[in-house]
Amino acid sequence: MHTTSVVIGAGHAGLAMSRCLSDRAIDHVVLERGDVANSWKTERWDSLRLLTPNWQSRLPGFGYEGEDPDGFRNMAETIAFIERYAKVISAPVETRTTVTSVRSVDGGYEVTTDRGAWSARTVVIASGACNLPNVPALADLVPAEIATLAALEYRNPDQLDEGGVMVVGASATGTQMAAEVQRSGRPVTLSVGEHVRVPRIYRGLDIKWWMDRCGVLDEHYTEYDNLERVRNLPSPQLAGSDDRRTVDLNSLTDIGVKLIGRLAGINDGNAQFSGSLQNQCVLSDLKMNRLLDRIDEWATENGLDETVESPHRFEPTRFETSPPLGLSLASGKIRTIIWATGFRPDYSWLDVPVLDRKGRIRHDGGVAEAPGLYLMGIPFLRRRKSSLIDGAGDDARDLSAHLASFLDGPSRS
Amino acid sequence: METTTPVDNGVNVEALLEAREALSDAPEAAQFQWRATCEWVSGTHSRSTVEGFFGLGEEHSHKSKFTFDADHPEVFASEDHGATPVELVLAALASCLTAGVASVAQMRDIQLRSVTATLEGGMNIQGILGADNDVRNGFDGIKVTYDIDADATPDDIRAVVAQSQKRSAVYDVITNPTNVSVEVN
Repeated sequence: MHTTSVVIGAGHAGLAMSRCLSDRAIDHVVLERGDVANSWKTERWDSLRLLTPNWQSRLPGFGYEGEDPDGFRNMAETIAFIERYAKVISAPVETRTTVTSVRSVDGGYEVTTDRGAWSARTVVIASGACNLPNVPALADLVPAEIATLAALEYRNPDQLDEGGVMVVGASATGTQMAAEVQRSGRPVTLSVGEHVRVPRIYRGLDIKWWMDRCGVLDEHYTEYDNLERVRNLPSPQLAGSDDRRTVDLNSLTDIGVKLIGRLAGINDGNAQFSGSLQNQCVLSDLKMNRLLDRIDEWATENGLDETVESPHRFEPTRFETSPPLGLSLASGKIRTIIWATGFRPDYSWLDVPVLDRKGRIRHDGGVAEAPGLYLMGIPFLRRRKSSLIDGAGDDARDLSAHLASFLDGPSRS
Repeated sequence: METTTPVDNGVNVEALLEAREALSDAPEAAQFQWRATCEWVSGTHSRSTVEGFFGLGEEHSHKSKFTFDADHPEVFASEDHGATPVELVLAALASCLTAGVASVAQMRDIQLRSVTATLEGGMNIQGILGADNDVRNGFDGIKVTYDIDADATPDDIRAVVAQSQKRSAVYDVITNPTNVSVEVN
């Protein structure tokens, strides 16, 4: 089969690209290993809700039309939203079609699937940023009597043994799981490395509203001198809930979660923790306050100070000055370890030599280092918001324009 | 404060940024090896020497050979010919963090006027004396206090110090476990 462009993945990113290609009358197909919104259907925990408000999931030609713009979608609603988008834009999706290889051929790419092969001049990879758990190598040293699971395998606390749980990682994922597991009656120890603290609500308004309006989310990848750092930042400690509560470390301490330093080693069945907890907490408090300073400046410049609550600062993160540096994993205190240590994409099917030494695609704002190959849906791909559903639209518009001029060829560009 | 003179903390930031750029594409060149030798003098007195190291794919030498005398004070029934080894650890931590403060401040266009670090390391010597197995040999904690005079807000100065910890080798060595193998020829 032949088409002009193959889009791999029918999540929000692939569908946004499909819509932009259709707008440009570029013939294409969207290949999806499962159903539309597959990862949202099969790889998320039960209680997860989007951490962006309903109004913020804006996709090309599609937005929120319901009556709760400030609410947060649960998974069923998120799946329905993405399915509806696929229908509304009449995306040419081939479901149940797993890509097994993509390789360069004369005039473009050959995409092999378990349901036949496509040839195309261009390929857009929108297969997700969170396909595989990023479990640290020291996981191999965990004693066998302790159950371990990656965040991708976690569904709800009922699947865990009774007894203590160590959650490793304090991103959105780690903090949400720590809160849920602690509330289930299993005492949680949270191992905290670098993390990003943000309040859910600031000056009476959702933090995502502020970040959207004051331009933080539109920051372009070319504005950063250290892209490597920002592309690898943990997700901010945020959760979507009806009571709009903040899930920072203080809120976890309040419900009894014990904070401990970054897991640094396992030696003879003893877990060893870094003595850097204080600095990790101070760093993220300072960073949060810089964001709030920026919001305050923007609010003043835009005459909002009379209409919204006054600026204020949050209580600094509370931490033990001398938290334990070691913990015996044989003592029975910890029965389960959850690795909330991040995710990485799976490119095992990609036979085009564009991967760096860490297995990531080398690209410039989504334009991969192979002509006609594009990437979507990766943190900080082109903007700070690239990791959000809301970021897929602008990225797809930019990259579809690049793709179109690539198809036109150098003589006409 | 208005200033027209460019910020200069004596750190060549451009060279550091260029090195980061160059080394991210050449991970093998980034592999360094630091070395020291140590000779017993007498009693608890020893003298360490550093001179050569390896990095950027080749051998290097310091501009001159540096030596460090270490001993223990008279309350340990020693002759006090030099700092105790744990004091050298404090000095190493302070120097590493302070180098980081200067570099990060330069990177962030903050002019430093003075930087003083004061370090305290608590230790219960029942550990090293073997008097109580529940007491560790090393520090039970280290406290570093910075006094910094610079053209920046208190939060900006705190952020420089926090970032310096995040990028410090000695801070990492002290706060995280390291495998140590000691062999005898």
